[in-house]
This record gives sequence, structure tokens and C-alpha cells, in this order.
Amino acid sequence: MAYVAVKGGERAITNAHNLLAEDRRGDQSIPEIEADQVREQLSLAVDRVMAEGSCYDRDLAALAVKQSRGDIGEAIFLLRAYRTTLARFGVSEAINTRQMRVERRVSAAFKDIPGGQVLGPTFDYTHRLLDFQLMANGETPLERTEQADELLPEQVPNIEDVFAHEDLLEHETAAANENETVPFDLTREPMSFPADRDQRLQSLARGDEGFLLSLAYSTQRGWGGTHPLCGEIRLGEVDVEFIPEELGFPITIGQIMVTECQMISNSRTIGEEPPRYARGYGLTFGHNERKTMSMAIVDRALKNRPAEGEKPEFAAHDEEFVLYHCDNVEASGFVQHLKLPHYVDFQASLQFVRKQREEWAERQAAKEAAE
Amino acid sequence: MSAIALEERPLNLAPDAPILRAQNVTKRYGFITGCEDVSFELFPGEVLGIVGESGSGKSTLLNCISGRLSPTAGNVEFATKKHGLTDLFDLSEADRRRVQREELGFVHQNPRDGLRMRVSAGANVAEPLMNLGNRHYGSMREDTITWLDRVELDLARIDDNPRNFSGGMQQRIQIARNLVHSPRLVFMDEPTGGLDVSVQARLLDLLRHLVRRSQLAVIVVTHDLAVARLLADRLMVMKDGHVVETGLTDQVLDDPQHAYTQLLVSAVLQI
Amino acid sequence: MTEHQTMSANAGPGLADYNFAYLDEQTKRMIRRAILKAIAVPGYQVPFGSREMPVPYGWGTGGIQITASLIGPNDTFKCIDQGADDTTNAVSIRHFFAKVGGVATTEHTGDATIIQSRHRIPEKPLVEGQIMVFQVPQPEPLRNLEARETETRAMHAYEEYGLQYVRLYENISTFGRIAATAGYPVMVDDRYVMSPSPIPKFDNPKLHNSPALHLFGAGREKRIYAVPPFTKVESLGFEDYPFEVQTWDEVCGLCGAKHTYMDEVVLDDDNNRMFVCSDSDYCADRRAQGHRGPHAGHELTEIAEDVSKNQEVMA
Repeated sequence: MAYVAVKGGERAITNAHNLLAEDRRGDQSIPEIEADQVREQLSLAVDRVMAEGSCYDRDLAALAVKQSRGDIGEAIFLLRAYRTTLARFGVSEAINTRQMRVERRVSAAFKDIPGGQVLGPTFDYTHRLLDFQLMANGETPLERTEQADELLPEQVPNIEDVFAHEDLLEHETAAANENETVPFDLTREPMSFPADRDQRLQSLARGDEGFLLSLAYSTQRGWGGTHPLCGEIRLGEVDVEFIPEELGFPITIGQIMVTECQMISNSRTIGEEPPRYARGYGLTFGHNERKTMSMAIVDRALKNRPAEGEKPEFAAHDEEFVLYHCDNVEASGFVQHLKLPHYVDFQASLQFVRKQREEWAERQAAKEAAE
Repeated sequence: MSAIALEERPLNLAPDAPILRAQNVTKRYGFITGCEDVSFELFPGEVLGIVGESGSGKSTLLNCISGRLSPTAGNVEFATKKHGLTDLFDLSEADRRRVQREELGFVHQNPRDGLRMRVSAGANVAEPLMNLGNRHYGSMREDTITWLDRVELDLARIDDNPRNFSGGMQQRIQIARNLVHSPRLVFMDEPTGGLDVSVQARLLDLLRHLVRRSQLAVIVVTHDLAVARLLADRLMVMKDGHVVETGLTDQVLDDPQHAYTQLLVSAVLQI
Repeated sequence: MTEHQTMSANAGPGLADYNFAYLDEQTKRMIRRAILKAIAVPGYQVPFGSREMPVPYGWGTGGIQITASLIGPNDTFKCIDQGADDTTNAVSIRHFFAKVGGVATTEHTGDATIIQSRHRIPEKPLVEGQIMVFQVPQPEPLRNLEARETETRAMHAYEEYGLQYVRLYENISTFGRIAATAGYPVMVDDRYVMSPSPIPKFDNPKLHNSPALHLFGAGREKRIYAVPPFTKVESLGFEDYPFEVQTWDEVCGLCGAKHTYMDEVVLDDDNNRMFVCSDSDYCADRRAQGHRGPHAGHELTEIAEDVSKNQEVMA
């Protein structure tokens, strides 16, 4: 059979895109899913897309999930590519998670903790059995959630407050750039090493959940372990405040839902200071405990900076390795660019291998002739 | 000129001019003193041994005088080809590193620290020549073979990776790599440490032979007085970061003056 | 340059909110500053605040950002991939600029003011005033030898290129020749070792003393570097194993050229193949001048001509 070289393809591209749109729609006898259905009913997918897409907009994230046919990596990419075009008004004040309206809050450090353990909406303790009722037509009847006798306190103290009177936790200090009011922005500046804490946390917050999960897991399996303990994980809404130049004082411009995790880990003594527990910090948009916990563990692991001139022993301790490879949009693009044609480079390599083979054949022939 | 000539090399220095001069070299780590107030001069072709037990500050001193660790106080001057006697730490980082690659050698105790483990033995030995600007494969290959022969390595293994060699063999590759470019001064940090006694003896013999044949100046740090006796012309004895005694090797070892040196020497004799 | 260029009338639907050439003017300014620095220090990799683009990393985000920051309404844009204008990714990028800038596009090397390329430099010699923009997957020539950026930056700063030469030395010990065939490292202006991007080494000599400006953009790695016009660019090698370019025994099946970089086209299951110019515009030009190769009239010619007709209709 004869081959036709695949070059060109204006029409091929257009057609492929049309086919993609058809496949996205699926069987047309089934009603099209609405973006607001995605937003309400696939809300954890939406949360992950907002977190790694670093753009807090539930509607756009839902649209991205729909448009990407549920491919979360693709949805994150779509949201990032949109976000980069947005005008930038300024930088908000740091959110205060102490003033979070808590929906869920648990600590593994103490049985009872000031503010109480609040389970909230969680997959924990569910039995992972497929619920065929959800597949049957119509809605599953919802069982009423019981209301507590009293309301939760307006402010639930965080793990720092709990340990404060004993001064047992290491102090979180702003990095070398303490005096800068504007934190490092990965989307505007390239990474540099050694990375300050703001660069590290931003990178991890945008980082791929799966990558961070596996890294965190590797530390638990002895690849640079730091004996983490979940000091606290909390989910809830916080106010976002902004200081407009013309006003000079902060005003609330909205609320966002965030998940925060504080990991406590084995103590470190720094210089002349008394021994204290080290900490790792994780924060994401929306509800995402797996990611937040992984982030906190990796943040803690990255505090094990090797002494000058030494190289880190474990992947999770290696700042350059972790930060350069955690971004899923960068990684996915580069891995998949291997689909692009490479025939120019391949032709060059073919020539090289053929020449090596020719020489090999000559050597073989000479050897045989000699024998 | 062949880069491997072992014959006397012309030096643009008066014969009595030092190749290295340390003045009041002090290194502190916070409240801890690495070494304090060390001064000495080293002349071309001379081998200086620095002895003392671990923690005496000899490795800190070696790192300072080889330009690898900036001292807290004091000067380290080296007779560079370009500028003559110059404080290594007054040079820009780029110039200092250039002097280190082109005019100095450093033999680490652990050959892994001084070799590229993923690169063949031959390329490890040829690299310093390439750093000097040699761009002729054939001539570098020849020099490499000469040097591997000189350190008594099996030439058939020239393209093997160092990790496939024994510890003693790796050390020989490291020595060849540090001598191939005809440096004027080579630092050695426990060059025979971590090797079996019989391997040590052969390597020492080789080192002595190579050093004696050339006009190379060497500073060797060791806790092993037998190594010092075999290699060094002069000794500096260190304790708690200070030099407690200096002198000709035989003089120091046969008639030690300082109580600590006496202890060191008697400890050896008891074995 | 006007402060806010707006979208041209040709812009596609739903794009009215985007600035001319997609990037906002502040971002373009930042990229132009990085480009100026890159031109001032030939071969040095300048870090820049690479933006997230609507195409994936590894598919030309660096090149697109450079083009977007330089292109104006009077420019004529050419985009090639593997030497050809009609490969999918080149088509896609050319459309992107036609869509967000409404700029004129061309397939003719001689007519272009800006040529964005992946993996090739056109055969037709570039002239003064032209800008080549390369898409770069990995800007660091030493990366395969040393994984750490902190290390490689120091190696460039201190001009410690021993490791690079060690690699060439080992190639010769192992293969009897230098193995790099594409992305063959060069020394720029006697100072920086630079990756010319994965162009075949056949194209390396075109960089030396070129009258055109060559800009290299790595979006994912966030680096821009440059070879300014009339700059010394030397492919690394040894005196007794000098750098050499690829040659072919075959001639181009379509135009009969002997001196160009060839693509290999498999014709059937019997191992019959023909070689054709990788630079499709150059090949078409030669055919228009009456040159004929042994496979003249092959259907590949028709496809190429069909595509270019198609584009005229679309433009």
C-alpha cells in the first residue's frame, strides 16, 4: 500500500475540532449538562479547578469543567489561560483564617480542642459503596441534617492559639522580603533559588494535587520523613479585604471558601532558641483536604534545607526539584508536546544511527574476513 | 609544550619566593573556632604536612588556604601566573575559580567528591586539559593514557566509569586528574584515608614517587603520622585550631617539643 | 508605538476583549525589556515573567510571547514547524496572530518581517531587518549534563564549561564522533555556551554572522536569549574532530535540490522512500523557477499547493 505523507491539514484541524465538540456533547438524546449543574453537583471538581487554576470563580471553573469534558487538567489550563488576560487592580490584604466562619474543623493532636471538633461535610467515615439509588431516575431523598443546639462560636481559635501559652510551635516569620508589601507572584516573575517562603507556598498552592500527594506520601514512607501530625484542618468562608488607594483603609470585597491545614512535625532547634515543633502550612481555594494536607507536609519537608554545598537527599527536600516540577499545566504541556512532529530532529538522529550501523557492519565484515 | 611534562618547569618567580603565603588565617563558625592565627610560607617543590587529630582544625585550614572557604580574618596569598602573589579572596569569584581549576589541584579523601562519577575515567582525567583550552582530542587522549599509566591503571579500562573501579583505583584516577594539567600546588585531604592498609601503602609509594619527580608543591592534611613521614618535608602540628609545633618532618617526629606532639608520636609508637 | 492598540476589524468573534496581539501592553513592555537585555548580552539566558498562554507549554508559548511583544500592524508574519508552513502547529500559531492581530501572514521567507520557527532556519538566506523567533523547549544547553539550575547558572557565570567538553570527549571515545545532531551547542561571542534550540546542526552555520536578529523564547522555562545580527556563533568541536553538518546522497524528489535539509518520506511497504526539502517554501520556489526532481509531480506537491491555495482563500 502507498502512504500519503501527512503534511498540512487546515481542514483536518477544523474537522478534528468539530469532532471534539460532538464528542463533548455525547448522545444528543440525553439533555445537555448545564454549567450551573456542574457548579452545584460537581462542586469538588470545581474547587480543584479554582485552586490549581488560581482563580476564584465558581461559574468559570464550572464552565471549564464542562468544556473540557471533565478533564480536570484541561479545565485548569483553560481557567489559567483566561486568568492571565485579566486586569490586575492590586493585591488584597492577607486573609485571616482565624476569623473563618468554620464549616468543618478537626484536629488530630488533641481529643478535645478549644472550639471543638466539627466534622462538617466529609467523605471520612463513609463506606465507599456505590449508591445505585443515585443512578436510578429521579433524586435520592435527602435525610435531614440535624441542627446543633447551639451555634458555633463566631471565631474558632486556631492551633496557634491552642499552643500559644506554652510557645511550643515554631514562629512563622515572613521571609527575607519581610518589608515588601507585595508578595512574590509566580505568574509575573520567574522562579529563583533559593526560594523564599512566599514563592514556595504560592507554587505549592497552584501545584498538581497528585504530584504533591505522592511527594507527601514518600516522606511518610521514609523518604525524608518529618513525622507529621495534623494539628488542624479547617474549611469555611473568609472575608477578602482590599485597600483602595483613594480610601486608604480596608473594605470587604467578598467572601471565599478555603481549606487550611497546619501540620505539626518533629521539633527543631534553631540556634539558641528552645525546642519547638516545626510546622507545615497548606491552603487552597474551595474544599480540598487531600491537596491541603499534602501541601502542608511538603512545605514542612522543604524546610529541611541542606547545608551549604550539600545536596538534598530526598526528592521532597529538594526545593528545585519540587517547585520546578509541581505545576500541572507546565508538565502536561511539555509531556504532550511530544505529539508534535519531530521529523527534522528524527532525521538527524536517523542519519547518526545509520552511520553507526554502517561502521558496525564494516567492522563485522572485516572481523569475518580475518577469521 | 606537553601538559604532562614532569621535568622542572620554569617559574616566573625568584627561586626563594613563596608560592603560597598564609598570614594570621582565622576561621570561626559562630562561637566555635575552626582555626586561629595560622601563618606560614610554602615554596615551590616543597611538601608541607598538616597533622593533628580529627577536630583539630586542619581540614578547616586546608579549605581556607585552598580558596574554598573564606576565612574570618587573615590573608591567603598565592603566586598566580597572571598577577604574582595575590590574596585569593581579593580575586573575584570567577577569577578565584579560574585559578583553582588552572593552577591548583585538590585531592579529596573520598574520590567521589573529586571525580565525576557518571563520566569515564579517561574524560575525568582529560577535563582539566579542556579547562585549559586544549581542543585536540588526540593529544588529550595521549596525555590521559600517559597519566593513567603513570598511576598504574589498566589502560584497557580508560572508558569505564569510576564507579566500576575499586576505592584505591578511584583514588588513582583522582590523582591523575589533579596532576595532568601541571598545577603548581596540590592540596590533599587525607589522600589515603578510607583505604585498606596494603592499598594505602602502594598508593603512598606512588604519590611519593610522583611528587619527588616533579617540582610540585603539596600541602597534605593527615591524621596518620606514617603518611606525613613518607611524604612531607615539613610538618605543622595542630590542636584545637592552633598550630602548636612546626619544623622539619624528621625533627618534629623524632624530637617532638610540644607535649601534644609528644603524645601524638608516642601514640603511634605504641601500635 | 501607540499605548493601546485595539483589535483589528479582522479579529474573530468573541475576541473583542483581547488586546492587539493578545498580550496587554505592560506585558509586552516587560518582554521587550528582557529581549533588549538578551541582545545586549548575546547567548545569556534572561529570566522573564512568562505568561500563561492559551496554547500549551511546549507548543511554542515562548516564541508566541516574543512575537506578540514585537509584532505591529505593518508586519508580515511567517510561521514554520519542521521547516514547513503547513504543519499543524504552524498553521495554528499563524491563525492565532491573524485572529488576535489581523496581521498579514505569508509563506514566503523573503516577504516576512518576523519568522517564528520550531526546529528549522529557512534555507533562503535571511537579510537585515528580519527577525527569527525560535520556540525553545529547553533553553539550558547544559541541562542534560547537570539537572540543577543553581549549578548551571554558576557554570555560565564562571565560564566553567568543562562538563560540556567532557560530553563531547566521551562521544568521540564512544561513537568516534560527536553525537549531537539537533540542538547542537554553540559558543556565542566567545562567552556563553548556548542551545540553538532543536534545529538540526545543519542549520547552525546560518546563525554565524547572520544579518538577521535571532530571538529564542522558552515559555515554560521562562527564559529569553538572543543572537544579535553579525555575531560570532561557533559550533563546539575539537581540532581533530571538527563540527560538521549533515549531507545527503539523495536529491530532493520534488525540486532536485542537493544542498538543503531533507525530510524522508516513506512511499510504500517495499522500503521505497524519497527525500524532499524540509523547507516547503524554498522547495516550491525552486519548482516555480523550473527545477525538477526525480519525483516531480508527486501527490505531495499537490497537497502543498492545495494548502497554500486554501490559505489564500481564508486570508
